[in-house]
Amino acid sequence: MTPGIIAAADIPAPHLEYGRLAPILIVLGAASVGVLIEAFAPREYRYWAQVQVALLGLVGAFAWTIALSMSGTPHHVAAMGAIGIDGPTLFIQGTILVLALLSLLLVAERRHEASPFTAQASSVPGSAEERESLVAGITQTEVFPLLLFAVGGMLIFPAANDLLTMFVALEVLSLPLYLLCGLARRRRLLSQEAAVKYFLLGAFSSAFFLYGTALLYGYAGSVRLSDISAAISKQAGGEPLLLAGVALLSVGLLFKMGAVPFHVWKPDVYQGAPTAITALMASCTLVSAVGGILRVFYVGFETLRWDWRPMMWAVAILTMLVGAIVAITQTDVKRMLAYSSVAHGGFLLTGVIATNKAGLSGTLFYLAAYGFTTVGAFAVITMVRDAGGEAGHLSRWAGLGKREPLLAGTFALFLLAFAGIPLTSGFTGKFAVFQAAVAGGATPLVIVGVLSSAIAAFFYVRVIVLMFFSDPAADGPAVVFSPTSTAAVAVGALVTVVLGVIPGPALHLAQSAANQLFVR
Amino acid sequence: MTGHYLVLSAILFTIGGVGVLIRRNAIVIFMCVELMLNATNLAFVSFSRMHGTLDGQIIAFFVMVVAAAEVVVGLAIIMAIFRSRKSSSVDDANLLKY
Repeated sequence: MTPGIIAAADIPAPHLEYGRLAPILIVLGAASVGVLIEAFAPREYRYWAQVQVALLGLVGAFAWTIALSMSGTPHHVAAMGAIGIDGPTLFIQGTILVLALLSLLLVAERRHEASPFTAQASSVPGSAEERESLVAGITQTEVFPLLLFAVGGMLIFPAANDLLTMFVALEVLSLPLYLLCGLARRRRLLSQEAAVKYFLLGAFSSAFFLYGTALLYGYAGSVRLSDISAAISKQAGGEPLLLAGVALLSVGLLFKMGAVPFHVWKPDVYQGAPTAITALMASCTLVSAVGGILRVFYVGFETLRWDWRPMMWAVAILTMLVGAIVAITQTDVKRMLAYSSVAHGGFLLTGVIATNKAGLSGTLFYLAAYGFTTVGAFAVITMVRDAGGEAGHLSRWAGLGKREPLLAGTFALFLLAFAGIPLTSGFTGKFAVFQAAVAGGATPLVIVGVLSSAIAAFFYVRVIVLMFFSDPAADGPAVVFSPTSTAAVAVGALVTVVLGVIPGPALHLAQSAANQLFVR
Repeated sequence: MTGHYLVLSAILFTIGGVGVLIRRNAIVIFMCVELMLNATNLAFVSFSRMHGTLDGQIIAFFVMVVAAAEVVVGLAIIMAIFRSRKSSSVDDANLLKY
């Protein structure tokens, strides 16, 4: 008998619950089909084939997620315990899939037969080669499989029940995003710079995540979150390993959501990346990252909360204040929204710190509400265009309300929702997380939150004043409508209003999802 | 005895981390990140030996695969920016700031 045969007999084949894993598998499968289309289909058919495969994959995965959440009580571990499928996870996955569909509308749009992505990523900006590929009318279609792979990683990340799966998911979601950031058609130098910065800092932070995992493995003898939690309860000793592990792991997780002091990549990347990809990152990546943080801190380190809470308090306070204050000085609209996204990360962290059911359901609701608003806002930005692409500088937006009242009005609605004005989804979301934080004994945090909301309201309102109460410039930007981005704006605006005016059903959905808590 | 390997892994991780912070060439920064990942692998394998379980050794293989995928993406991005700027220094990439 050879050693190989003995080993094969010793390892039982893992049992995979394909039904429960189907949403993830559908998205990754669609991405693989996209790669095959890229390899074998003739160029002129690729665009439509890719759009259809991506749409089908995301819609199919979403339908399956709905079916899973309707079928009894979904509270299972799958894939030998590596993936947890439970109420909060299904809510997060469903949210990611809908937001990814909206972002796909922006990615797939073609104005005058030109897509927002560079025809050839390898061509040097301004070179003859680049002009040739533009004249040939080549459309970049590799973005679709890349987007699907990223979404697949985002679906696994909040569901991962052990830290190794979480690390692999983190890389699966990050690597395609690094590439997508560098593919803008206009301002390619900015786009490439954003990609390099995002890549180097992202790789740096994932090394921290991994070293934290190694230390926790050393502490608990396992990377499974439930085993780590059990080891903490037993107080087996080796506290320094545990605390250092938690700290390093948190660095990796907080980087992905862009919490201060790990936020420096966010404004640069959001500004430089193609706006469709910025919309994807600002909505889906944030939802996924916060979902991962929720699972790690609610399942793995729940028993350790008196140790990590002070750290998270400091991070949340810094995040809310720095995001709101630095946003005031911004002159680029995408950069301003990036800092606004940093501040919103702080509000989300107050829900995480609450560590109670209300905190969980509030955070889930906030994620969904913020995701729709932010996709809508970035969709508006793709429509306001100058000769050289999007009109990024805020001064160019002056008087837009007088020329395009409907579009400017919608953008004003999104800004008011970011500010948390009543009758928008932003107010309901903030109210939900702040209420949970007070119940969880974090009242000072809520006071800081309200203060920073007030600071943030200043720069949101300033943009509204600029749009409606100043005179438009003679050579102001033109508003270019396209069916797909108009649809994204309309859905974003609709959800923002509905979740603000009748938040009941969505809040109820988030509460019933949170009632099950995370499976261990 | 495995304790020494853990100390070595911590030293390697720190060298990598400091390297990322002080070096200017994107390729060297990237190499420092790889050093950090390899330090992690050493820690995983040492802990695996300490606990007498195989998990850590398996994880090391996963990390190697992920690191290889990261190299592909990373070098492609650095290559693209080098071709357009004729420089791989991160100080030259300064269009986006504040």
